[in-house]
Amino acid sequence: MPDEVSPGLALEGRAMVPGEAQGDVLCLDEPLSFWGGLDPETGRITDRHHPQLDESVVGRVLVMPSGRGSSSASSALCEAIRAGTGPAAIVMAEPDEIIALGAVVADELYGRLVPVVVLAEGLDRLCTGVRCTVSDQMVIAYSDNRS
Amino acid sequence: MTLSLSERDTERLLGNEGPALALAMRVVTRVAEAMEADRLLDIVGAHIDSCLFTGMAALDFANRLADGGARVSVPTTLNVSSLDLLHPELSLGDPEERRLALRLMERFEEMGCRPTWTCAPYQLEERPAFGEHVAWAESNAIVFANSVLGARTHRYGDFIDLCCAVTGRAPAAGLHLDANRLATVVVRIEGVSEDLLDRDVLYPVVGGLLGPLAGKAVPVLVGLPVGVSEDRLKALGAAAAATGSVGMFHVVGSTPEAPTLEAALGGRPAGTEIRVGSDEIRAARDRLSTTADVGLRTVSLGTPHYSVAQLGRLVELLGDRRVHEQVAVYASTGRDVLHEVELRGWADRLTAAGVQLVADTCTYFTSIIEDTSRTTMTDSAKWAYYAPGNLGVEVVFGSVEDCVESAIAGRVVRDEGVWANA
Repeated sequence: MPDEVSPGLALEGRAMVPGEAQGDVLCLDEPLSFWGGLDPETGRITDRHHPQLDESVVGRVLVMPSGRGSSSASSALCEAIRAGTGPAAIVMAEPDEIIALGAVVADELYGRLVPVVVLAEGLDRLCTGVRCTVSDQMVIAYSDNRS
Repeated sequence: MTLSLSERDTERLLGNEGPALALAMRVVTRVAEAMEADRLLDIVGAHIDSCLFTGMAALDFANRLADGGARVSVPTTLNVSSLDLLHPELSLGDPEERRLALRLMERFEEMGCRPTWTCAPYQLEERPAFGEHVAWAESNAIVFANSVLGARTHRYGDFIDLCCAVTGRAPAAGLHLDANRLATVVVRIEGVSEDLLDRDVLYPVVGGLLGPLAGKAVPVLVGLPVGVSEDRLKALGAAAAATGSVGMFHVVGSTPEAPTLEAALGGRPAGTEIRVGSDEIRAARDRLSTTADVGLRTVSLGTPHYSVAQLGRLVELLGDRRVHEQVAVYASTGRDVLHEVELRGWADRLTAAGVQLVADTCTYFTSIIEDTSRTTMTDSAKWAYYAPGNLGVEVVFGSVEDCVESAIAGRVVRDEGVWANA
């Protein structure tokens, strides 16, 4: 429902990996494991069980309930960031240290910071396609650019 | 919450022990802050997953630490890699990627890690004791260490596993702490036949059901028999960790921190209580298969790496029969277990029956399977979950008995009796 996304909607959460980024939101209905679920060469979701199969995460503000599964998710995320196929930022309802870890190491190795934010509330107000800015613990969404 | 550091932690962070230790310490402290830890704690061992080649980032990181002279400071085992060093002819992968994967493996050995190359370090002779803090990566190993051994590790991912091993430190958070090890979700298994409760095949299915139900919570299972074997708990945990983010589970009467339901809950009321019956279990089993095509080409066993007992069971099931000429059967295990089964003469028997033993790696992410055209069968929920995405195969899940009978028949045959009466 576009009217749920008012211009300048500001949500405050907790920054697991603080930083600044912006991009269009890609909302995932289910948790994603970056390892085995994302092709780092293309940035597309390859998990056959995932509702957003084939969607691209490249440059998006990736909004998802949580991370999932493999402990290689950190290196898979880091590899995608290195290859330029990673998301711009990651926003989750629950903390995930393995995802935070992948973002920390990409920053340490390549100086590319993908902020990771936990939003305990309001995740459902971020719809796919909406322009979004992440600044430390703040997630700011603009008007729905599809409508 | 502010993270307080020891004097030595701070020295290292400042670079006084060199750039490699400073990098390792920065990763540990940045993750500790992300986890809202107030301090770090000492660990007695580590199990590293970063040795699996997932791309250049993995090698870049290992190179940064190894070039800086980093060495592990606690006994450290290594997870599967993307190569079978004992059977290199099995690899169908890109030669350049093989070269990089091998280089990555060498760097971890240079840093003092034991070349165990197994996803089941709990099947090695030395394993962590109850209550000991370790830093383990590899989701099935993590869940086994916490749940079955009662050792303490958080769900560590690639990179921090090595950083913890090098520094000997880990965030005092997550599953290291008493309060976070208590169950918050009760899963009651009801109305399942005694016959099915006594079959290996039930346990990976229950794990596959548990993952999405529990998510990151610690679940406690009620209604399974007392004294469930380690191999069954291993299959359950591996499936729950792959399909959810389960880092620890309890089974009342089987796992060390759950002598009773009350103990597993720490005397608190359960946050959520879920009942699971035979309908849900049958549906969970069905979700593990992606095809009804009975044209079998491959059978893949040993995810997580088979134990000595599981390979013994395979020998027993095959008897003096041989698998169908159109079917390739792979059984993955660690090199230590492989050595043991070679001594017992079982490796020769399996080879003679047409089973290809795979060591050091696993068939759901490495290019080993030659024919992915029709159906691959597995007894592993974890394999069934990952392989279709990784390899593009169609999969049928079944018991190890089903897998053996199908391999011999050359087509998928499953014993539905145990499920029909479940």
